[in-house]
Amino acid sequence: MSGAHHSHDAAHHDAAHADHGSTKSYLIGFALSVVLTLASFGVVMSGAVPHDLMMPGIVVFGVAQLIVQLVFFLHMGTSPSQRGNLAIMLFTLLILAIVVIGSLWVLHNMNVNMMHPTSQMVPVE
Amino acid sequence: MSSPALSAHHGALDGISHGGDAHHHDDGSKTLLGFWIYLMSDCLIFSGLFATFAVLANATAGGPTGKELFELPFVLGETMLLLISSVTFGMAMLNMHAGQRGKLLAWLAVTFVFGAGFIGMEVYEFAKLIHEGAGPSRSAFLSSYFTLVGTHGLHVTCGLIWLVVMMDMIRRHGLTDATRRRLSCLSLFWHFLDIVWICVFTFVYLRGAI
Amino acid sequence: MFGKLTLEAIPYHEPIVMGTLAAVILGGLAMFALITRMRLWGYLWSEWFTSVDHKKIGVMYVIVALVMLMRGFADAVMMRLQQAMAASDSAGYLPPHHFDQVFTAHGVIMIFFVAMPLITGLMNLVVPLQIGARDVAYPFLNSLSFWLFVSGVVLVMVSLFIGDFAATGWLAYPPLSGLQYSPTVGVDYYIWALQLSGLGTTLSGINFIVTIMKMRTPGMTLMKMPVFTWTALVTNILIVAAFPILTVTLALLTADRYLDMHFFTNELGGNAMMYVNLIWIWGHPEVYILVLPCFGAFSEIVATFSKKPLFGYSSMVYATSAIGVLSFLVWLHHFFTMGSGANVNAFFGIMTMIISVPTGAKLFNWLFTMYRGRVEFTVPMLWTVGFMVTFVVGGVTGVLMAVPGADFVLHNSVFLIAHFHNVIIGGVVFGCLAAINYWFPKAFGFRLNERWGKASFWCWLIGFYVAFMPLYVLGLKGMTRRMNHYANPEWQPYLIVAAIGAVIIAMGIFFTVLQFYVSVRDRNKLTDPSGDPWGGRTLEWSIASPAPFYNFAILPQVRELDQFWEDKQNGVAYVQPAKYEDIHMPRNTGVGVVMGAFGTALGFALVWHIWWLAAVGLLGMIASFIVRAYDRDIDYWVPAAEVERIERSRHAQLQQFQTSQVAPAAAPSRQKVA
Repeated sequence: MSGAHHSHDAAHHDAAHADHGSTKSYLIGFALSVVLTLASFGVVMSGAVPHDLMMPGIVVFGVAQLIVQLVFFLHMGTSPSQRGNLAIMLFTLLILAIVVIGSLWVLHNMNVNMMHPTSQMVPVE
Repeated sequence: MSSPALSAHHGALDGISHGGDAHHHDDGSKTLLGFWIYLMSDCLIFSGLFATFAVLANATAGGPTGKELFELPFVLGETMLLLISSVTFGMAMLNMHAGQRGKLLAWLAVTFVFGAGFIGMEVYEFAKLIHEGAGPSRSAFLSSYFTLVGTHGLHVTCGLIWLVVMMDMIRRHGLTDATRRRLSCLSLFWHFLDIVWICVFTFVYLRGAI
Repeated sequence: MFGKLTLEAIPYHEPIVMGTLAAVILGGLAMFALITRMRLWGYLWSEWFTSVDHKKIGVMYVIVALVMLMRGFADAVMMRLQQAMAASDSAGYLPPHHFDQVFTAHGVIMIFFVAMPLITGLMNLVVPLQIGARDVAYPFLNSLSFWLFVSGVVLVMVSLFIGDFAATGWLAYPPLSGLQYSPTVGVDYYIWALQLSGLGTTLSGINFIVTIMKMRTPGMTLMKMPVFTWTALVTNILIVAAFPILTVTLALLTADRYLDMHFFTNELGGNAMMYVNLIWIWGHPEVYILVLPCFGAFSEIVATFSKKPLFGYSSMVYATSAIGVLSFLVWLHHFFTMGSGANVNAFFGIMTMIISVPTGAKLFNWLFTMYRGRVEFTVPMLWTVGFMVTFVVGGVTGVLMAVPGADFVLHNSVFLIAHFHNVIIGGVVFGCLAAINYWFPKAFGFRLNERWGKASFWCWLIGFYVAFMPLYVLGLKGMTRRMNHYANPEWQPYLIVAAIGAVIIAMGIFFTVLQFYVSVRDRNKLTDPSGDPWGGRTLEWSIASPAPFYNFAILPQVRELDQFWEDKQNGVAYVQPAKYEDIHMPRNTGVGVVMGAFGTALGFALVWHIWWLAAVGLLGMIASFIVRAYDRDIDYWVPAAEVERIERSRHAQLQQFQTSQVAPAAAPSRQKVA
């Protein structure tokens, strides 16, 4: 680190080493995203999918699209340059899961035990 | 603790040119790591909002439900605008790496148009809901709906302002290390917002309409 | 024009507040006059306020924190006095509304504006020095974080004199904190002060993670990092993971109060328990955010003053990391009584007991480090031993309350108050005071007076036990927290003892102030010419005291843990390099101060619904940030000759010191100075 005197070009080279995709990869990512979006909306809007399968369906397509965008748009991967970012993201997902699932679990039990009005309310069909 | 005399001395060094932003060797990767961590913290802001929405989703207090309010074709339109803006930003980034300033600015402008279109649709949707008496004060469900979706919209709006600033900065300063670095951050931001939107249309709109 | 703000907002009718106001105004004027007369404004502005030097920012954090400690402690004394008086027929001297604000302000100030800045300040001062870096990753952001924190401080202080402060308790639970039950501006002050300083905290968290991940000196792998830096890393990860949840929670409360939404209201489907749930998802990690760096400081101090390497370095690292993750899985133990049922309570009770295991492991590590060491009972070491004894008591009462059944009895009793003061005073306050005594020479170039330091320690330690042990008893007797008045005269003797304890602690604080005064007066006698006053082990002790503004003339090469100690053993610690190089440094900037000022205006305007001023504040912040982004003149180079000049005088001083200090026979191995 002591040799701080980089020429402009060398410093620029350093910063630009990361993999940043190509026109093709962006278009593949775009096509997949469009397909998955239409699939998600189709599950709910078409009326062809049984009611019980709707929720699993949109979750599967949603997660698939998340992964597609992470890989093709954000260039996530397991390459050495991305490994740190990936680890940070996985930790974030852990906390996110704790927050969302934990809150639902805790509040659901509270609502049931304490007979909170929310738990009594059945959504109007 | 530097003495005042020394600080004055620093001023005399302005003219000396040294290479770029070589502060501690690799400024670019440092900034991108920091920005990534910021995005993750932003992600946790959304996690709090999603958790609140999930908990309050049935708390309609006798008011309208998601199924009655949401117009899925409209949401599909919003989704497509944001998705297209994501890929046009990708095109902009490819041109940045290729050093094509003109094309870069053009793609950024296209991205701005689609992003602004998305915000326009969202504002219209919100105005319509409020006009129908389904505003954020109607029920806990609507409070959490407006706050979650509105926070995402606020982020996109910030992204649009940032986009304008970057376009101006690239026009003035050219493609320097600093502008490349910042544009890379904005690119992460923009794609990140698209990812949040996937969760929004899945868990708010589609789930609400089931 | 001025929103809800009228002259009525100033509490004329409260003599205590008006007296304080007069004292603050007079004191402020005196200080202003003094600084003006000594012509220090220019110096303060160019060398401190606009500084992006992590060491100066760290010092400023600690100074503000110590000032706020006075404020928070004044609140504590008022509470103790009220409770010592207000038994059965006596109403005491504080009206309920005022008392409620006092305990709220006490909690908010002590956590957000004393403990947080103390640890942020210490991390600022120490972390870059320990990892051999010349500054933090984003020096400007660091300055901005500090000034955002200051704007939060300003809002809290303003609330004392204009309007009121929240009367809700330090976490502002709704529906009490909602508009219906807290219609005044108190909760709004609370919200915006916390949002501003919380933003600063999040930014500085990001800053430190990147600094530690990316700027370690060559050879310093993660497992060769000093323990304090490890704890700082985990703490900052917790900050970045937890503070967004606080931001959301307060934002939702804001939406309820400002935009007529219904997250936490009693009507239209709101669910107040969601607030409690969310704020503790932040709140429990927050406890570890505060205490982990203190654990790190204790680890450094124990190893240094036992003249031994830290026992179980890697177990310390794993314990810290384990605490980091587990701290996100225990939040519900703050509200076992909410009614989530047996399975939920059992899970969180068990997790709470599990998290005490790594903490216990750390305690054994410290004890084994001292075991058969040549322990020197300096002031930092005294604080450390005091901590070990006190913290164990607090930990044990904590595990006791982790049993949900027991918690149903003790919840919101003063037993709980005694417990968390036991861990926070015993852990965080003792830790920060130990760390201040330990690292002070590195910041200022002279040690702190031992005698008054010891006096302060004994007053704090004894005062703590006298003040809080009675509260344990009272808690078991059934006294609840936050009581303005109580009917049971049996409690009064205990509360009088507790008040005496507070007075003893006050003496401890006074002796700390005296310690600073005496040390500054005698600074020539206490000077630290070697830069290594304690026989330290880590890199920060290898450079001069005070540290030069560029920290390290040559980045040190690290091959093992405690590299500096090894170098001293091998007699190569102070070798002067053949040649120096230019050093790249960030330039000072006033943008942080300006953004902080706009932030203060924004917060104040939002509190009082002065919308035009809020717009000015918000747009001002955004515009200043954008203007800063266009500034390309943000750094400079220190020429090698300049570095050489500073380093030469440092080595001359060192040589002079060593010839004067070291007995001729012992000298040779350490005389490798060029």
